[in-house]
Amino acid sequence: MYKYDNYDQAMVDARVAEFRDQINRRIAGEMTEDQFKPLRLMNGLYLQLHAYMLRVAIPYGTLDSRQMRMLAHIARKYDRDYGHFTTRQNIQYNWIKLEDCADILEELATVEMHAIQTSGNCIRNISSDQYAGAAADEVTDPRPWAELLRQWSTFHPEFSYLPRKFKIAVIASYEDRAAMRLHDIGLELVRKDGELGARVFVGGGMGRTPMIAPEINPFVKADDLLSYLEACLRVYNRYGRRDNMYKARIKILIHEIGADEYRRQVAEEFTHVKTLGIDPPLAELERISAFFAPPAYDAANVEPDRNDPDFALWLDQNVKPHKQAGYAIVNISLKPIGGIPGDATSAQIDVMADLAEKYSFDELRVTHAQNIVLPHVAKRDLYAVWQALRDAELADANLDLISDIIACPGLDYCSLANARSIPVAQKIATRFADMDRQRDLGELKLKISGCINACGHHHAGHIGILGVDKKGVENYQLTFGGSGAEDVSIGKIIGPGFDEDGVVDAVEKATEVYKALRKGDERFVDTYRRVGLEPFKEAIYG
Amino acid sequence: MVEFRYRTDEVTEQPSVTLDAFLDQSNATAVRLEPDDDARALIPFLDRLTLIEVAFPKFRDGRGYSAARILREAGYQGELRAQGDVLVDQIAYMRRCGFDSFAPEASLNPDAVARALAYYDHAYQGAADSAVPIWKLRHG
Repeated sequence: MYKYDNYDQAMVDARVAEFRDQINRRIAGEMTEDQFKPLRLMNGLYLQLHAYMLRVAIPYGTLDSRQMRMLAHIARKYDRDYGHFTTRQNIQYNWIKLEDCADILEELATVEMHAIQTSGNCIRNISSDQYAGAAADEVTDPRPWAELLRQWSTFHPEFSYLPRKFKIAVIASYEDRAAMRLHDIGLELVRKDGELGARVFVGGGMGRTPMIAPEINPFVKADDLLSYLEACLRVYNRYGRRDNMYKARIKILIHEIGADEYRRQVAEEFTHVKTLGIDPPLAELERISAFFAPPAYDAANVEPDRNDPDFALWLDQNVKPHKQAGYAIVNISLKPIGGIPGDATSAQIDVMADLAEKYSFDELRVTHAQNIVLPHVAKRDLYAVWQALRDAELADANLDLISDIIACPGLDYCSLANARSIPVAQKIATRFADMDRQRDLGELKLKISGCINACGHHHAGHIGILGVDKKGVENYQLTFGGSGAEDVSIGKIIGPGFDEDGVVDAVEKATEVYKALRKGDERFVDTYRRVGLEPFKEAIYG
Repeated sequence: MVEFRYRTDEVTEQPSVTLDAFLDQSNATAVRLEPDDDARALIPFLDRLTLIEVAFPKFRDGRGYSAARILREAGYQGELRAQGDVLVDQIAYMRRCGFDSFAPEASLNPDAVARALAYYDHAYQGAADSAVPIWKLRHG
């Protein structure tokens, strides 16, 4: 894990002082709400339906037990004893008081955490693969690169008033666990002639106009990367649309001028920017990489005893292979049947922190699917970990199954939402509560957004649900065939929408069509792609 | 009105002209850039300019930050002024992008500006100011 040096610590400490000053000036009336808004957003503070919401950054989804315990402490002391893990690997608190904010940031700073640029029209928290450092298929650990980008993007003077928000993801495996091509910039680290560099995709995103990012450069060398990204951002900052906030994301610029023209402009800008000397030497990437050296693995390769059937079920569903023999990757589901996707109580957060400290070399990860990962668990400890999770009601064995739902906070919390997401997620999970039934359906990624902004990633769901407002009534549209993984695709709307119970019934009917038509080990999305929409439509609208 | 100026030379007396007007007749020494204008159009003339004023009609429109850096990166040494909807908490970033004078539409509290400029001793990334990026401090 990365550790702050004095420079890093001074930055977050200064930010606390600066934000305290800004809040005081706002309270004293020296700033209007309109002027204050972008400042509070750049510190992750939103004004929601019922209260302020604070989004705390978890850079590239990695944290240690001390940081995790701080998240529990903040939930306990300043909120209602729980937090909500988000699709961008952050955590948000829903019931925050403005006057507590600076104190919260001050407490976070004591454990090398912050809320910098978790919102606003700037470069947001960098996201990455939750299996980084543990996945057998990675060419390198992407996190040092993500940390390099975190530092470069923090308080970037030129790119803090962009046309719109800007999200960057970094992965280093062919298998994409971070929805990389649905980001404004997606970086896939690759090796070319023995040298590491980045394949650069620009202009992906969800929202009201979902797009898959085209490849803009097949290989940018490590020591050119920041210059190249500056060029990408500068072209966007200068020419991205500012006349209509719904057309202001970089995907629209690239769509309008074309990937070839954008690539040409970036290449021209890069030729100039490269002369400015803004790229750190490779020694800086090496300095950061040293913090991510593999832990001192020492366990013998012992397969766990599968006698306990519930444990065996969890092992098969939630535990993934590790690159080190004798170790495994443990996924902790935050999707209990009938619960709120991504929520965890302070007590549960503490349990996960304790388990990380005791069994996972003090490391945790947050996933974009709103679950938690213990990345390096010795196989001999898996049963003990499972027992502790079970006692904390954290042992649901539903990773990637239909009840492992991504859902945005929706109209229960969010001031942008048109419809509630959480009750729909709860009803679907309850309908499919039977584990045998879920396992029979296999991998089925269901994602729910409560409005067109698509925070619940519905475009990328094998089954997506979009809540809309239809003449004052909540209405839910269904989409099929999306994916945020390496088989990236955007789901298509299947037909007229449904009410809350109707959409649950429609999902159930779709799963029945799949069961009747699937061949071999096809997943739901594979069957849908093979047979097309018609048989599903017939069963649902009939 | 210029409220904050971080230069010691004389304030230029000549009123600034629009980019189009400058490119047409061009004996002016002061130009005003609107957010839509391409700052690079001025690059051939930087030697004879003493003032470039960059307009910020809305503080949320950040194109002027890129304009400023482009001008400084091209070697412009004259006064670079941010004019318009310029707020306390933008001045530090503007300074880093190369602005050295400020004409905010609504007057700013000088104490708040001084504090905003003093919070950070260092910066992570290189820009158009003299700040040495942290990576360089780390590696000497």
